[in-house]
Amino acid sequence: MKPILLALLLWLFALPSFAALDPAVVQQLAAEDSDLKIAAIQKLAQSADGQALKVLKAMNEEALFAAGDQVFLKDKDQAVDAASGAAITPPPENADSVTINNRVRGELAGALAALRLFSPERHMRLAAAKELTLSLASEPDAGMAPMLARARDQESDDKVKAALAQAYALATLKHADAAARLDAVKALAGSGDPNIKLLLLATMEPANEAEVTVRRAAIAAHAEVKSRLALGETVGRIFSGLSLGSILLLAALGLAITYGVMGVINMAHGELLMIGAYAAYFMQGLFRSYLPGWLDWYVVAAIPVAFLAAAAVGVLLERTVIRWLYGRPLETLLATWGLSLILIQAARVLFGAQNVEVANPSWMSGGIELMPSIVLPLNRIVIVGFALLVLALVWVLMNRTRLGLFVRAVTQNRAMAGCVGVPTARIDSVAFALGAGIAGLGGVALSQIANVGPDMGQGYIVDSFMVVVLGGVGQLAGAVWAALGLGVVSKFLEGWAGAVVAKIVVLVFIIMFIQKRPQGLFALKGRFVET
Amino acid sequence: MRTPLVIRFFTATSRKGWMALGVFASIALVLLPLLHLAVPPDHPLHVSAYVIAVGGKIMCYAIVAVAMDLIWGYAGILSLGHGVFFALGGYAFGQYLMRQIGRDGAYHADLPDFMVFLDWKSLPWYWFGSDSFGLALFKVVAIPGLLALVFGFFAFRSRIKGVYFSIITQAMTYAFMLLFFRNETGFGGNNGFTDFKRILNYPITAPEMRVALFGLSALMLMFTLLLGRYLVTSKFGRVLTAIRDAESRVMFIGYNPLHYKLFIWTVSAMLCGIAGALYVPQVGIINPGEMSPANSIEIAIWVAVGGRATLIGPVIGAAIVNLSKSFFTQAFPDYWLFFLGALFVVVTLYLPDGVVGLWKRLSQTWKARRS
Repeated sequence: MKPILLALLLWLFALPSFAALDPAVVQQLAAEDSDLKIAAIQKLAQSADGQALKVLKAMNEEALFAAGDQVFLKDKDQAVDAASGAAITPPPENADSVTINNRVRGELAGALAALRLFSPERHMRLAAAKELTLSLASEPDAGMAPMLARARDQESDDKVKAALAQAYALATLKHADAAARLDAVKALAGSGDPNIKLLLLATMEPANEAEVTVRRAAIAAHAEVKSRLALGETVGRIFSGLSLGSILLLAALGLAITYGVMGVINMAHGELLMIGAYAAYFMQGLFRSYLPGWLDWYVVAAIPVAFLAAAAVGVLLERTVIRWLYGRPLETLLATWGLSLILIQAARVLFGAQNVEVANPSWMSGGIELMPSIVLPLNRIVIVGFALLVLALVWVLMNRTRLGLFVRAVTQNRAMAGCVGVPTARIDSVAFALGAGIAGLGGVALSQIANVGPDMGQGYIVDSFMVVVLGGVGQLAGAVWAALGLGVVSKFLEGWAGAVVAKIVVLVFIIMFIQKRPQGLFALKGRFVET
Repeated sequence: MRTPLVIRFFTATSRKGWMALGVFASIALVLLPLLHLAVPPDHPLHVSAYVIAVGGKIMCYAIVAVAMDLIWGYAGILSLGHGVFFALGGYAFGQYLMRQIGRDGAYHADLPDFMVFLDWKSLPWYWFGSDSFGLALFKVVAIPGLLALVFGFFAFRSRIKGVYFSIITQAMTYAFMLLFFRNETGFGGNNGFTDFKRILNYPITAPEMRVALFGLSALMLMFTLLLGRYLVTSKFGRVLTAIRDAESRVMFIGYNPLHYKLFIWTVSAMLCGIAGALYVPQVGIINPGEMSPANSIEIAIWVAVGGRATLIGPVIGAAIVNLSKSFFTQAFPDYWLFFLGALFVVVTLYLPDGVVGLWKRLSQTWKARRS
């Protein structure tokens, strides 16, 4: 493949481009013999012509046909002559698709990437440069160097130029000239790609690299790439930890409020998350049918809907079941577990047992690329911000409003709060609705990064209760630190020891932690009598 | 002079209780085995293998339910992780069953099939002595007991109780489930242990072996009930009930609740381990699904349905819930979870003393009406 490509590239720039393709060459594409086909592909690629790109693309997708002497491609059910680009009506009969084997396919891929490097569209050139970098990183190919140099020199866009320089350095890594190899190694030091790190590691071996200066440069470059990769990995882990932490926080905030006020664990809390996620799914469907132009904003519309839906279900649960079990926390645990089973089965009956598809709106998809190996997804960034916003609102509600004052009063001492006129029963309902609503908000956030299905809430009850245990009851600060801390710590442990071991270590740590501080990180000040 | 332990053990159960046990023993140990083995299959009185299998399974569940009742009903500790002890007992005996397959597995190798599949060359250290029947019996009791002892010591020492304790036990079983789902853990991963062939070199599918396991389950259930009766009527049991009702007062009087809770917690775990070991050869499979939090929490509902703080209640509850599960999952699979969920809610709201409590209430009203 190397010499062929080299030859191709030499032709590519030596000859002027034709307005239409040579019919003889195009006919050769349909030849029986693979060697003839490859020769024709090379000849077409040298033309650097838009029509050649179309023909080769069609050939790659097996949409190129031959009928007798006529070679044509099908473009939206219309037959187009491959050489001239003119439409043929009526389409020829007895046409056979031009078959390609793996050798031809490989040749086509190289020719297509090379042709795309000179495409007028910036994103096409960038993608082609990246594709070439990837294939070169696994197998450096000196034959590509002249073409890459030319492409780099005529490139106007900085980003594409940098990618091409990288690809050029990769291509010259095995160059016959030691000075060229040295330049290549030095250029590669600026990279953040794990494959390039491996290549540099190989270059450090005397067996692979004869020149001492190049080896030294490779050692320096390797260290630089390695430290950049390590930094990127740490940043990535902290970020995914914060992302997990913000989800935990959204799940735990509501639980912390209800547990604080009523002293009961709502085992159906995870299912309230599920309701929020299904609310997002529902709104997506609604927008798709009635407001397709506004589809990108369905998530925003889903936020109040999810809050209200989850809060309504929460009030229903509180009024019908939980209220009647006051003072029997263990029975509440069982009853709410039963409610969660009912809610899960109801979701299965209503929406089907399969996961449903909830798409990111376009403004939340994509990511910020820190480095080739580290991309921070935009949807997770939005969720971290959303969690902070919800946290701020809850803080204001709890600390700056009369309702918050009442909720805190009931949390601290129910009997005394009742004595001074706080309507404790109503506060219970409101607090439960609030906690459920926040869980619904968490569900909307979760729908953007995780699968939405009837069982999605099951895994969150233990994790969010751990946050409450760790943070201490009735303290927002505790919940925040515990959620973010648990998120970051478990992501780091996952990197070192795997997800399962991380989970077990975190659990053992929490059990040990309770030994020392049964009241959590941030205990309420005061004296308590156990009942 | 104190009465010897054996006498106290057997006299703890009342005459009425012994009569009930006698009836149960003659049905489970004599009548059903005879009707299954000696009566030809086409005879109307023949008891099918299915009945023996379901009956054996439910008796294992009943042992677990009684064990659960000992800690929840009498000590007020709700464990949402008892499935882990059950499964560990099952896995401990399953190791022995896997070794008994010998070279009859799919790969005809000395190692169990899943290890051949993982390309392991020798047994890991924790499979040491797994071909010994005696050691297997010991591990069935010791491993769940040891886990319970260590876990309970740390939990009770720092006076974790109520919902805290419940959630932490749930997290424990969840963590164990994840651990056993991994192939590298060495317990067959997702598939667990299955395809058993023999116990003590006797084929496991033979009707005689089925009946023997059925009878053993019945004996074990009877022993569990006798032990439970002895424990709860002894002084120990009284202190335990006192801890359930007013832990602080018990401490002020001078008892240390840690020892009492830890003892009953460990005994309960051991009983679960034995039940698991009896369960695995009868159903022919053990996998990490047994450790899922949902399974453990279901045990609590058996006890609640039957009636807490009675010993017969959990047995009845386990039978009712599991028979209705068999019925629903075959007849209306979509409604089983609705039914189970409603059961949780209705029992906690309206039947705090379960079926046994309902029966007592009804018989009292009848008596009052008659007089």
